[in-house]
Amino acid sequence: MAKSIDVKDLDIYYGDFLAVQGVNVHIKARSVTAFIGPSGCGKSTVLRSLNRMHEVIPGARVEGKVVVDGQSLYGAGVDPVAVRRQIGMVFQRPNPFPTMSIYENVLAGNRLNARKLKKPEADTIVEKSLRGANLWNEVKDRLAKPGMGLSGGQQQRLCIARAIAVEPEVLLMDEPCSALDPISTAAVEDLIHELKSDYTIVIVTHNMQQAARVSDDTGFFNLKAVGEPGHLVEFNPTTKVFSNPDESATEAYISGRFG
Amino acid sequence: MTHTEIAAPQEMAIRAGQLPRAATLLTVVFAVAIGGVAGMLLGSGFAVMVLLAWLVFLVSLTAWSTAVEGRRKATDRLVNALVWSTFAVAMMPLLSLLYTVIVKGGPVLTPSFLQSDMTGFASLGQGGGIYHAIMGTIMVTAIAAIIAIPVGLFTAIYLVEYSAGSRLAKVITFLVDVMTGIPSIVAGLFALSLFIVLTGDPLPRLGLGGGVALSLLMIPTVVRSVEEMLKLVPDDLREASYALGVPKWRTIVKVVLPTAVAGIVTGITLAIARVAGETAPLLLICGTFPEANWNPFSGAVQTLPVYIYSSLNGTTDAKYGDIWTDRVWGAALVLIIIVMALNLIARIIGNIFAPKTGR
Repeated sequence: MAKSIDVKDLDIYYGDFLAVQGVNVHIKARSVTAFIGPSGCGKSTVLRSLNRMHEVIPGARVEGKVVVDGQSLYGAGVDPVAVRRQIGMVFQRPNPFPTMSIYENVLAGNRLNARKLKKPEADTIVEKSLRGANLWNEVKDRLAKPGMGLSGGQQQRLCIARAIAVEPEVLLMDEPCSALDPISTAAVEDLIHELKSDYTIVIVTHNMQQAARVSDDTGFFNLKAVGEPGHLVEFNPTTKVFSNPDESATEAYISGRFG
Repeated sequence: MTHTEIAAPQEMAIRAGQLPRAATLLTVVFAVAIGGVAGMLLGSGFAVMVLLAWLVFLVSLTAWSTAVEGRRKATDRLVNALVWSTFAVAMMPLLSLLYTVIVKGGPVLTPSFLQSDMTGFASLGQGGGIYHAIMGTIMVTAIAAIIAIPVGLFTAIYLVEYSAGSRLAKVITFLVDVMTGIPSIVAGLFALSLFIVLTGDPLPRLGLGGGVALSLLMIPTVVRSVEEMLKLVPDDLREASYALGVPKWRTIVKVVLPTAVAGIVTGITLAIARVAGETAPLLLICGTFPEANWNPFSGAVQTLPVYIYSSLNGTTDAKYGDIWTDRVWGAALVLIIIVMALNLIARIIGNIFAPKTGR
């Protein structure tokens, strides 16, 4: 079910402010693609434009093309809501719905879209998603408890379970581990490895070791200069980016000699 | 400074003088004694004594603390004393009011007082009750709530979720602020003139009019409180919902409103409590009536605040003044009980609906 994504000449604006310019990327299906780069260079902005979450912010807009499986996401007549059902997202901070139990949180994508589920069917989805997110064994005895009662790492895995419960084609992850401790981070990274066989995953991370560990391809974003828009400096297989990058700027960033 | 110099054994200056734990109490006793004696010597009244004692307390506590503890703690004690004094000043009228109303109104509240109306009792020196006024207040307030809650709720939802800082939103916010300041008698006049136009009656008396007038007073409060509550819902949750492919309206209904429901219900209940005690607009449009009138579309409706007001006129009656005084206190106590009960309900509902974080 996984799909590939082609990004062509993508310019992303916040009002009149051009945040990211001229991004061209081919994201392969059933692979993990990592976006790295310094803060404020537009990694998350690009990620959010891949499932039309960017335009949720007032005044934000996009020029250029994002093509998923031959269909342009920004073409005429495309419903952003339908796009988001196909392309799921996990955020930087775990954000389970505070009014819902663990069980309801996993089913949120289905329930909120008013899909009628029979009890056994719902149970199956919940167990499958929680197992998929490596959380089942920890929460199976307290599914009716509030999702907010879990630890930060468990909450984040709950959010991942919630995202995969609607069986999206693509999973976008915006710094999913930045609020987590190393053990929870390892759990999420293991999970990314497992999810790769079913989903196309794009992950934004500040942690270069993480990018090197989990991703197949890596894109390095940077600002052209202070006050200039961000752009994609280099996009190559991860092994190449971390051993022999094409651009000297990439090497400088990865080796810590930045700026 | 190098590390070897720091190594010299020297005690850190972390000790300071401290007043005994009973210092405040001792100072109070001292101040009351001084104030009382000075007041008696001057031959002044109780109020002056209290004022003197208060000043003596502030000065002596600050001076003592400065001498023993230093300036920072003395300032702390002074400000602390000032804050507590203002709190006491704010609470005194409230407690005095509650005490008076309970003492005078309590004995009046018999089952028959609550269950009978004023039919035929108006000019008698006994009997009568406020059943009709309680029911009128409930009916008129309910009508106001039915009008004001949807209007206020949807306005707030528009302002927070849809307007995105547009010009229209700014105009609405401004008008809501203006509405908050409308004197209640003006709202009553509006309802009166509206129903003069609608019914053609030169002096319309109907419960619906009272509801309209009260809803005018309620809407701005509801809009404001709901708006604040919706703003408190983190954008993270809206984004989480959008990212699951949930349309905006379902996000609002299923995620935003449930998350904020505790605060919303509390705000609405407090708004209801606020208008339940309004008198002026109801005096204009509802009038008085000796028995319960369940038809909001025609005829005067008795309400508690107006009942209190009109009963006051009876207290000057040379023959039956006392019974009217009792009726005023009884009705006042019932009104306070209703408003307090609404406040209490608001708190309980707030606790029940609050998002749970338990493990």
